[in-house]
Amino acid sequence: MKELLIGNAAVARGLYEAGCSIVSSYPGTPSTEITEFAAKYDDIYCEWAPNEKVAMEVAFGASVRGKRTCCCMKHVGLNVAADPLFTLSYTGVNGGLVICVADDPGMHSSQNEQDSRHYAQASKVPMLEPSDSKEALEFTKLAFELSEEFDTPVFIRMCTRVAHSQSIVETSERVLPEDKPYEKNPQKFIMVPANAKLRHPVVEQRTLDLTAYAETAEINREEYADSEFGIITSGTCYQYVKEVFGESVSVLKLGMVNPMPVERIRNFADKVKKVYIVEELDGIIETHVKNLGIECTGKEMFTNIGELSQLSVATAFGMDMPEFASVDTNVPGRPPVMCAGCPHRGMYYTLAKNKITVLGDIGCYTLGAMPPPNALDTTLCMGASVSGLHGYNKAGGKDTEGKTVCVIGDSTFMHSGITGLVNISYNASNSTVIILDNSITGMTGHQQNPTTGYNIKGDPAAKIDLETLCKAVGINRVRVVDPYDLAQCDAVLKEELSAQEPSVIISRRPCVLLKSVKLKPALTVCKEDCKSCKMCMKLGCPAISMHEGKADIDATLCVGCGVCTQLCKFDAIKDGGEC
Amino acid sequence: MTKSIMIVGVGGQGSLLASTLLGKLLVTEGYDVKVSEVHGMSQRGGSVVTYVRYGDKVYAPIVEKGDADCIISFEKLEAARWVQYLKKGGVIITNTQQIDPMPVVIGATEYPSEILSELSEKVTVDALDALSLAEEAGSSKAVNIVLMGRLARQLDIPYEKWEDALRLVVKPKFIDINLKAFALGYNYSE
Ligand SMILES: Cc1ncc(C[n+]2csc(CCOP(=O)(O)OP(=O)(O)O)c2C)c(N)n1
Repeated sequence: MKELLIGNAAVARGLYEAGCSIVSSYPGTPSTEITEFAAKYDDIYCEWAPNEKVAMEVAFGASVRGKRTCCCMKHVGLNVAADPLFTLSYTGVNGGLVICVADDPGMHSSQNEQDSRHYAQASKVPMLEPSDSKEALEFTKLAFELSEEFDTPVFIRMCTRVAHSQSIVETSERVLPEDKPYEKNPQKFIMVPANAKLRHPVVEQRTLDLTAYAETAEINREEYADSEFGIITSGTCYQYVKEVFGESVSVLKLGMVNPMPVERIRNFADKVKKVYIVEELDGIIETHVKNLGIECTGKEMFTNIGELSQLSVATAFGMDMPEFASVDTNVPGRPPVMCAGCPHRGMYYTLAKNKITVLGDIGCYTLGAMPPPNALDTTLCMGASVSGLHGYNKAGGKDTEGKTVCVIGDSTFMHSGITGLVNISYNASNSTVIILDNSITGMTGHQQNPTTGYNIKGDPAAKIDLETLCKAVGINRVRVVDPYDLAQCDAVLKEELSAQEPSVIISRRPCVLLKSVKLKPALTVCKEDCKSCKMCMKLGCPAISMHEGKADIDATLCVGCGVCTQLCKFDAIKDGGEC
Repeated sequence: MTKSIMIVGVGGQGSLLASTLLGKLLVTEGYDVKVSEVHGMSQRGGSVVTYVRYGDKVYAPIVEKGDADCIISFEKLEAARWVQYLKKGGVIITNTQQIDPMPVVIGATEYPSEILSELSEKVTVDALDALSLAEEAGSSKAVNIVLMGRLARQLDIPYEKWEDALRLVVKPKFIDINLKAFALGYNYSE
């Protein structure tokens, strides 16, 4: 059957058709939908793990037991899972094991634009790179075959433009692989030095075998045309090259970007007068080709920053920019903002008002860095707020303890915040940790997590109790506040900052976008009472603006949270009908 | 020849349904199709863009500067933001609605009030108050379908085919409102 699917849904379809039966992932744009779509197939057990390392280790266990399995993550998630990865390369698999990693060139939704191909090379794990949804489906199925044939985990490398672009795929039925019962094999699965020493040569031989495979594999493809020059490329860059040159230029498209073939590249280079490499981010194909002693041009022509496109390819080859119009007026930017009624807003207002230094983390609440409230001082990676706060306070001592906090979301806290809190407790810094608990993983589009009480299917599940958890690691002062109650937030913040021991403040209110949340009617501003003091504007609520000198509330956006009402000294903000 | 369409607007305005409708329709019409959007951060009230490309064989999933045959904008400032992507001779269909971005809301900058007239001097603009038409159809949420009705005038696909595609993507409960919104957009005249 022909269907229009985003690349991520096509990977999920590939998992289904390949008979994959266990998927464990942690969400992260642009990888999230693979697992969400996979969870729609009742034949695949899917779960959200607390973090990527756990997810990969779950996949390891499932593979050892003989099932086809997969874990999915965004590029930075692979950093978290790097520890199991490098040794998983040594153990190899029993049931096929596929790791889907999605890069984000251009950083549409990420804190850096690292190139995952480095990981494939460093860990000596093969990597396939689809260039559209059709290939995403086919390569996923092939990845399982390669995994079992070569006894290795196999990467599928996605990027934003493949993950989130819909194109036409051909679907087929699910085929279950033969059951592969577990047989005890300590030399393969117990990676102590004596065994690992035996496995390393196996890994090196495997790379040679895979290179030999790459020499004939169909997923690497030559398209010969003109002999003036030839282009070696892969993934979405292939599409840009074809868009610009159509059938007029010779192309070597690498479907497998690790390991890369040797003889085929030599042959290709022999047939053309000049070789160009078109690849996004780092010059990985280019380095390989140059190491073979073949002259080629790559990063001298193409940036290693951000995304490429058909236009950047065309202009790099000296073609003219097309004509286009533009306006002379300065068009104001439209950055993303915290939603009207977002529970994070009340706590941020309180922090900004008290001029607190805030070590931040990653989630919707990173939007607190924007003005207003302009409340964040740092954002590094998931979990770094808690551990960073400890370091900051150890360095600052009495100077900083009373006026510094960290903020971290519920999902992020479960991902990697808890270990930082253990450190605060164990190594005793007088730190104040604020958990912004909106009962969901918001940023990536509402995934359940261990604190929400539901699993990926939306069925009831064990609910980790944050208060008990924090107490269990040795924090005596655990307070819960409602971020819609500004007076309470302010009082509790002051108390905990002045306390002479570590504390955790749980700022708790579910995300207003959750279907289970009952919204209140929109509020209105009574114009005659509004004194234009702009106190309510300090919230940075998208529903409030100044109109003809008076505050105005957009009734289509306002959800009646009432935080602005508490700021208005003149009682001008009322329930809908009262003015 | 590959045709390129862009759907631009503010996160939360319902551009996803519009691109799903268009994608389904173009596939049933037998075209090769690519629809590309960015998920994640941009959903939270930020500027959003979806690219739709179709033809005999489509390669690139994204639209570049000077390449779009038509840009459908859900908000007038967004029309100006993306105008560079319009091909010479292309058309911008825009909703006349104004949604202030945060820098305007907090007074850091002003909303350029004359933006539509400036746009009209430079390119072909088909502007309509899609919000009022959507309300007339029965729901302010149908702005996306009003604009799709307007787009139907630019493409060479029979009206009935659009209606069939609408029935595929809209819940039966809302189909009447959406058919009406589509017709209002299609038939609108100043
Ligand atoms: C290692 C890593 N994995 C995944 C992500 C993607 N990501 C960014 S924020 C986030 C979770 C945010 O959820 P939460 O902490 O509950 O905050 P909320 O967005 O709900 O405010 C995720 C999964 C990431 N940036 N880094």
